[in-house]
Amino acid sequence: MICLKLFWEFLKIGAFTFGGGYAMLPLMRQVVLAHQWTTESRIVDFIAVSESTPGPLAVNMSTYIGAETAGIFGALAATLGVVLPSFLIILLISGSYRKFQESGIVKAAMEGLRPAVVALIATALLSVADSVFDTGDLLSRANLSAVLAVFPAAFLCYKKRHPILIIAVSAVIGMIL
Amino acid sequence: MKRETAGELFVTFCKIGAFTFGGGYAMIPLIRREVVEEKKWLAEEEMFDLIAIAESTPGPLAINAATFVGSRVGGILGAFSATFGVVLPSFFIILLIAGILARVEHISLVQKAFRGIRAGVLVLIASALISLCRQLPRRVFTYLVLAAAFAAACLLQADSIVILVLCALCGILWKRLAEKRAEK
Repeated sequence: MICLKLFWEFLKIGAFTFGGGYAMLPLMRQVVLAHQWTTESRIVDFIAVSESTPGPLAVNMSTYIGAETAGIFGALAATLGVVLPSFLIILLISGSYRKFQESGIVKAAMEGLRPAVVALIATALLSVADSVFDTGDLLSRANLSAVLAVFPAAFLCYKKRHPILIIAVSAVIGMIL
Repeated sequence: MKRETAGELFVTFCKIGAFTFGGGYAMIPLIRREVVEEKKWLAEEEMFDLIAIAESTPGPLAINAATFVGSRVGGILGAFSATFGVVLPSFFIILLIAGILARVEHISLVQKAFRGIRAGVLVLIASALISLCRQLPRRVFTYLVLAAAFAAACLLQADSIVILVLCALCGILWKRLAEKRAEK
């Protein structure tokens, strides 16, 4: 039963993720938190693991959340769900993809979807920040070490270093502080 | 399609799935090398088509790319082999890591490491946000949709899917109106 639920929810995530990668974060967050499958800070941990392992971020996240929720069958259900919509849609249009690409309605829909995705990721970013920082006690030790970890990460990111390096450096800083 | 081609698609995309970290655009150079240069399954310009299609269809880019290449080379069976191949390595790696992490996460050093990692992930999400922002067209319509979607998500806590569907409809409506005005 829970596997069916996982499959259905991740099917929706797969069908409504435009732009790939972090675009699925707001959708996944909403679903996973609504079902209480995991917590906000666990989701952030999943992102770190998914970025440091090979393969597409969305697939890694789905497998991980599925496995945490319902073991290997949960992982299978979630992964199958997230993959199926793109598989079917691409299969459907691959014969006449030029027509699809030039279709005015697809282009017009994308005009509205792009800013919407940005807004959704921004919202997700705010709640992730809320879970990383302790808003109750601003000068707490946890906040201090989080701030100290943010700066080197931001610098490496600005220098366009690989996400794995950023995660590794942040991990070391977390261990020291 | 020959059975060997299905096998070749599977192996090639397994390799792509196993050796690209982070997915998405990080995969494009490797896909290009394997699919255009090595196997010659796609022409160079079809590679651009692939990126454009992956951007305007839902789902992870890697899945879109694998299904697209697979179906162009070998129909439904080809699409299935390529997609199965690209998913398989990460599936097993994540299962393995999920099992290991469940066993070590109570250790205090691991917990401390994750506290630092969360701050790092925050930066990664922010940088993804900034690069998507930069790609937005500079138009009043785009900013209006952005503001409305943000208000709906942040203040009203509306469902993400509802927001996406409404914004897509706004885009279609806006284009229609622009066309009508151009006709006059």
